[in-house]
Amino acid sequence: MATTEGNYYVPEQSKLPLLASIGMFVTVFGASSWMSGIVSSPLVFFVSLFIFVAVLLQPPRKVTIAAGVVLFLLVSAGSDALSSVLVGPLVFGVGGLMFAATIWSWFSIVISENIAGLNSPQLKRSYVWGMGWFIFSEVMFFAAFFGALFYVRTLALPWLAGEGDGVHNPLLWPGFEAHWPLMETPDMAASGDAAEVRGPDQAMSLSQAGSLFTWLPFWNTLILLSSSVTVHFAHSALLKGERKPFNVWLGATIVLAVVFLFLQAYEYYEAYALMGLTLQSGIYGSTFFMLTGFHGAHVLLGTIMLLVMWLRSVLKGHFKKDDHFGFEATSWYWHFVDVVWVILFLAVYIFG
Amino acid sequence: MAHGPAKGISRWLFTTNHKDIGSMYLWFSFAMFLVGGLFALVVRAELFEPGMQIVDPNFFNQMTTMHGLIMVFGAIMPAFVGLANWMLPMMIGAPDMALPRMNNWSFWILPFAFFMLLSTLFMEGGGPNFGWTFYAPLSTTFAPPSVTFFIFSVHIMGISSIMGAINIIATILNMRAPGMTLMKMPLFVWTWLITAYLLIAVMPVLAGVVTMMLMDIHFGTSFFDAAGGGDPVLFQHIFWFFGHPEVYIMILPAFGIVSAIIPTFARKPLFGYSSMVYATASIAFLSFIVWAHHMFTVGMPIAGELFFMYATMLIAVPTGVKVFNWVATMFKGAMTFETPMLFAIGFVVLFTIGGLSGLMLAIAPADFQYHDTYFVVAHFHYVLVPGALFSIIAAVYYWLPKWSGRMYSEILGKTHFWVAFVGLNLTFFPMHFAGLAGMPRRIPDYHMMFANWNMISSVGAFLFAGAQLLFLYIIVTTIIKGRKATDRVWENSEGLEWTVPSPAPYHTFSTPPEVK
Ligand code: HEM
Ligand SMILES: [Cu+2]
Repeated sequence: MATTEGNYYVPEQSKLPLLASIGMFVTVFGASSWMSGIVSSPLVFFVSLFIFVAVLLQPPRKVTIAAGVVLFLLVSAGSDALSSVLVGPLVFGVGGLMFAATIWSWFSIVISENIAGLNSPQLKRSYVWGMGWFIFSEVMFFAAFFGALFYVRTLALPWLAGEGDGVHNPLLWPGFEAHWPLMETPDMAASGDAAEVRGPDQAMSLSQAGSLFTWLPFWNTLILLSSSVTVHFAHSALLKGERKPFNVWLGATIVLAVVFLFLQAYEYYEAYALMGLTLQSGIYGSTFFMLTGFHGAHVLLGTIMLLVMWLRSVLKGHFKKDDHFGFEATSWYWHFVDVVWVILFLAVYIFG
Repeated sequence: MAHGPAKGISRWLFTTNHKDIGSMYLWFSFAMFLVGGLFALVVRAELFEPGMQIVDPNFFNQMTTMHGLIMVFGAIMPAFVGLANWMLPMMIGAPDMALPRMNNWSFWILPFAFFMLLSTLFMEGGGPNFGWTFYAPLSTTFAPPSVTFFIFSVHIMGISSIMGAINIIATILNMRAPGMTLMKMPLFVWTWLITAYLLIAVMPVLAGVVTMMLMDIHFGTSFFDAAGGGDPVLFQHIFWFFGHPEVYIMILPAFGIVSAIIPTFARKPLFGYSSMVYATASIAFLSFIVWAHHMFTVGMPIAGELFFMYATMLIAVPTGVKVFNWVATMFKGAMTFETPMLFAIGFVVLFTIGGLSGLMLAIAPADFQYHDTYFVVAHFHYVLVPGALFSIIAAVYYWLPKWSGRMYSEILGKTHFWVAFVGLNLTFFPMHFAGLAGMPRRIPDYHMMFANWNMISSVGAFLFAGAQLLFLYIIVTTIIKGRKATDRVWENSEGLEWTVPSPAPYHTFSTPPEVK
């Protein structure tokens, strides 16, 4: 609950930010020890978990302190045994659950506040600004990876092959020639069969595909572009207050999204199983999988968001003609993901 | 909802109040400032004399690295966000930040992120030892295993910064009191608006580059590995595309603070308000196209060297406009020299020295001599210590009476200034000479010929550190038992924040004030 003071909105105290921070921390802490193989101290995990639960339940102070001391002693005593059980993936998983649960209830609180009519037009504008700038930050994240691709293709590889003033490069990597897609890495050129970093056997670009119509990325492009159209139709229907068409068009968008994800997964399967194209396949594999992978992850997130919006509409009858920012933000996100794909399609697949 | 703060610790844990969150940011940054300062003292103690005395080289590297990371991400940035939290709503006549819960989230991520970063010091192989700029492959192929913890802590710091910045933009664009047009906003608000934009633009790029590191380290990608067709120099490009705007993130809010303080104590309105706004915007724009001035010696084509050299020099123009305006504001003013003003004037003079050494570094052929020497260290410490840090200290003295309702002791404040002033010049000025004579940065031992300069630097560093303990003492005693401050606090203070009582009530401007 919250109150409006004057004509401004001031929410009450909230446990969510702290809980979300703990969840986020445990997640990345677990991920770090998982990847690095550094066994992390069980105390870190248990103290975080303890604070999380204590904040959530807020038991009387004496109970909290007593439980804290007992837990501390137990964990310190059994530290060695615990650290063999508390492996990275487990910590990561528990943290992820804590985080997801917090975010879930955060959104549901925001939604119920809006339904209760607590959101002033001003606050709604703040949400709009917030989403807009969030998408801008995502744009810049992708820009880093596209920038890397551009730099490697137009500058780094030619230099490695001896162009420009880099006189020593041909000495380091004799015989290397710059091509894109990069099938033969500098390592392969210099050390032949002894090379450790090897290129792919086959690349995903149009130049190596048979024909456009048997080429999976082409169909994926069609699917994703149509999903942007369907989500737009859904929006138009909502603006006219037509619930049924809204649900149908939104549902269609989700179906397209899932098909896209499925095809993308199939493409990865083909890459790994048939084309010798993996994350380890030199800089081509690195840029290919990181760009399409992060895009795919964003599609997945967008799909989940669309699904939540669809369920909210179908099950709960949420969204009104003039009040549906949750859906609108999701559709912005979806269009954004679509635009990224178009750039990706051009830079990675067509001219890749 | 109650009109006062909640009782007990839950007030701080669960707060949605911009003043509480601002205070937490400020205290957190002060704590980090002390930790980072401690690391710097380890470095200076080792460098007091040539030869290896106190720590082993690997630990020395961890100290320089952690000092830089903690000061940049843990001390300076959160301090500015804390000031933004406290002051922006009061300056634009808003009751709070636009998204109060997200505001608290942005804060609470930080203690966890820095816990994680600091915990790497105790891990096998030690903490990050590759410099605060963490160049690959030093930070990938040759990094200690704890680098993964470093990477993820940078990720969550970035999330915190982005959310903080989004909040600030939404607040400024959406929450201004009626009549507070953009060109009536105090410069601190303007500079923060532009800083927030920079933050949202470059923190994701930082996230991108650490993600590439993560992938190179654990998943066999070749971003920074020439054997697979990647390029270590790519790391530097992406890092500095973040890094140069980042240095402006640390100085633009400082410009805003100084532009608030100087008019108050010169008893004249700020000279050239609109040119200040345009200069800030141009600096922000230019900061995106100068990054490779950090990479002159890396082997760029001559056209690149020239472009980045001239673009960098261009930045000196809007920066010069600012310095000119501050001086013009003081010109023929009825000046008094209370502590905030001392720090502000110290800022103008010493920051300009840093700007001038920056200009020297911007000359590509000359930078071949200066690069990676103590001259660079002198440059960025002159812009960051009497620049960013002095502005923060000035802001604390200037607004502490408004926050706490109590006045600090002017004698102690001035003592703080003079000790800090002498200490920092002793520390950093000799670094110019050591650098020009060729002393490389980031080394635990050095040639005899640099011994004198280093000894002076080390003495200065301990003096400067002492001054900061005095600062802590001053703040604490002011809050506890300082004499009562008036609402207006200063004779010529202007702006909405001075129209509310001291200490500022828990909720200000629940109904928007009239701005004429
Ligand atoms: C007149 C404006 C400025 C110019 C022309 C300038 C120029 C430069 C140049 C060319 C370098 C690279 C030197 C080298 O590595 O060889 C440099 C380094 C640096 N500058 Fe500036 N700068 C200016 C202002 C600032 C400001 C305002 C800040 C921060 C508040 C700043 C922070 C830094 C930092 C942190 C580094 C060193 C990074 C590192 O290698 O660790 N500079 N500057
Ligand atoms: Cu720079």
